[in-house]
Amino acid sequence: MASGYVVRKQQYYDSIFLMGVNKRLSENRGVLQTAVLMGSEKNKQLLADIGIHGPQIDSAGPNDLIVAIIADTPQIVEAVLGKLDEALDRIQAGSIPSVLHTLEEGLAQKPNANLAVISIPGEYAAHEARKALEAGLNVFLFSSNVSIEDELDLKQCALQNNLLVMGPDCGTSLLGGIGIGFANIVRRGPIGVIGAAGTGLQEFTSQIHNAGLGISHAIGTGSHDVSDEIEGITTFTALERLEADSQTKVIVFISKPLGAKTFTKLVERLQGCRKPAIGCFLGQPVEPLDRNTNLQCARTIDEAVQLAAKHVTGSPLPPIQLTSEELEWAAREKAGWSPEQKYLRGVFAGGTFCYQSQQILRDAGFAVHSNAPFAPQNRLSHPDQSLEHTLLDMGDDYYTLGKPHPMINGTLRVQRILTESLDHQVAILLLDFILGYNASTDPVGELLDAILEARQRVRKRGGSLTVVASICGTEDDPQDLNLQTQLLKEAGAIVFRSNARATLFCCELLKHPLGGAHGK
Amino acid sequence: MENNIIPLLDEAILAINLGPKQFYESLEKQGVEAVQVDWTPSAGGDKDMIKLLDELL
Repeated sequence: MASGYVVRKQQYYDSIFLMGVNKRLSENRGVLQTAVLMGSEKNKQLLADIGIHGPQIDSAGPNDLIVAIIADTPQIVEAVLGKLDEALDRIQAGSIPSVLHTLEEGLAQKPNANLAVISIPGEYAAHEARKALEAGLNVFLFSSNVSIEDELDLKQCALQNNLLVMGPDCGTSLLGGIGIGFANIVRRGPIGVIGAAGTGLQEFTSQIHNAGLGISHAIGTGSHDVSDEIEGITTFTALERLEADSQTKVIVFISKPLGAKTFTKLVERLQGCRKPAIGCFLGQPVEPLDRNTNLQCARTIDEAVQLAAKHVTGSPLPPIQLTSEELEWAAREKAGWSPEQKYLRGVFAGGTFCYQSQQILRDAGFAVHSNAPFAPQNRLSHPDQSLEHTLLDMGDDYYTLGKPHPMINGTLRVQRILTESLDHQVAILLLDFILGYNASTDPVGELLDAILEARQRVRKRGGSLTVVASICGTEDDPQDLNLQTQLLKEAGAIVFRSNARATLFCCELLKHPLGGAHGK
Repeated sequence: MENNIIPLLDEAILAINLGPKQFYESLEKQGVEAVQVDWTPSAGGDKDMIKLLDELL
């Protein structure tokens, strides 16, 4: 094994560009690991952690590009580093660089701007967001790694100035039909939604569209907004605005668990909402909350869709439960398993999906391990090692530091799917696929070979790997929903248009598996 | 507030995108008036220096 690196002074590139270069270099034969990073202190530490260090790296700064390669031989390292300019040129080809390099220059060009979309490294993001707020702009803050102190400061500043800060770590918003960040193409309508769970917002808005209904606005808050440090500043502002919005007839709130104080405050606020309100507090016990108030509670995103649709149309949508055909299908799948196959492995791109699936499995009585668990006792001892039933949030920082997020690029999930298929006890692979603006242009295509190879491996062992998939998206999304569905079906996957239903199908598969009850 | 203009929700979005161009391009595809800023850290990325420059300017 050999390694090497180059440092390019004063060559700054954004994170998505760097991911593109990383992917291109990593595709070379004999390459074991690549890192394409700007020279921030955090990134230099990351390189040190994989054994890459040297005087040029020590002296590199945040504006300097570092490319490191670990490969089978020194010749491969040299050859791949020699192709760096070609990789940079290829990815830059056809893209005209902007002449604007600062927020101030942007403001000079667009003095009446009302929204700053910020997706720069977290260590600088709060500073730019504050400048945007001071200039009177609302902020969509996609950047992560912004401190809770900075978040509070930004949100208090926004509150004082009647502005909105969506984020940090905000993946999605739909304002007046315009998608910002990762967003699906959905029609406009009377349902307003606030989400502290990015892929939860995408799932909800897509399902509303697929049910023939529409969204007035979907406002992302960033997941920390509902912590007790922030106390839902953006959530409450968004709620006030949706209450005042004449197009919005019903208001839905979706989140993973909230801070205890914030939860109580928000429930009280929703109970007194001037419009019908629906709360989907994933992972939070809610049973007695919705009696005799304006608030209805949903246990899953699908239930929230059902409740919202009923408010708007007066009639219920088809039930969430599995159909008799699906139940029969589950029985057929189970019949193909070998006696040792008994465990589920979920390899998720969307954090909310990983969470919702854990909730559904837990409610069905299955113990599930995760790198992003409900309860600390269910945390995997190491994120790279699955145990019994395991659901993985592959968007977690542990996997994505310096690497493309699985919503943008499937490489991380390909590796994990193949790893899971080596475990003789694995029976089910649960996957999510997320369509929409800024997501991978072919999320299924990227994973297809890995799915086929995994199924082939299990077949060779005399078993059968059941692949259960959910697709979050609409027919109007750029990735072609029907084609993505077809590709999955051709690979032998069982495909659902909802993560909750895909997980219910897994519960059905896990009921009374061959050889008795396992994992309960 | 019912009949008043609700900030951001009732207004056309005019956006400044700081960071990867993909977000700008998706806004443009939706007909949003936007500008792209190919942001780079100022003052060589030195955060103390950035603060100092801000105070001076």
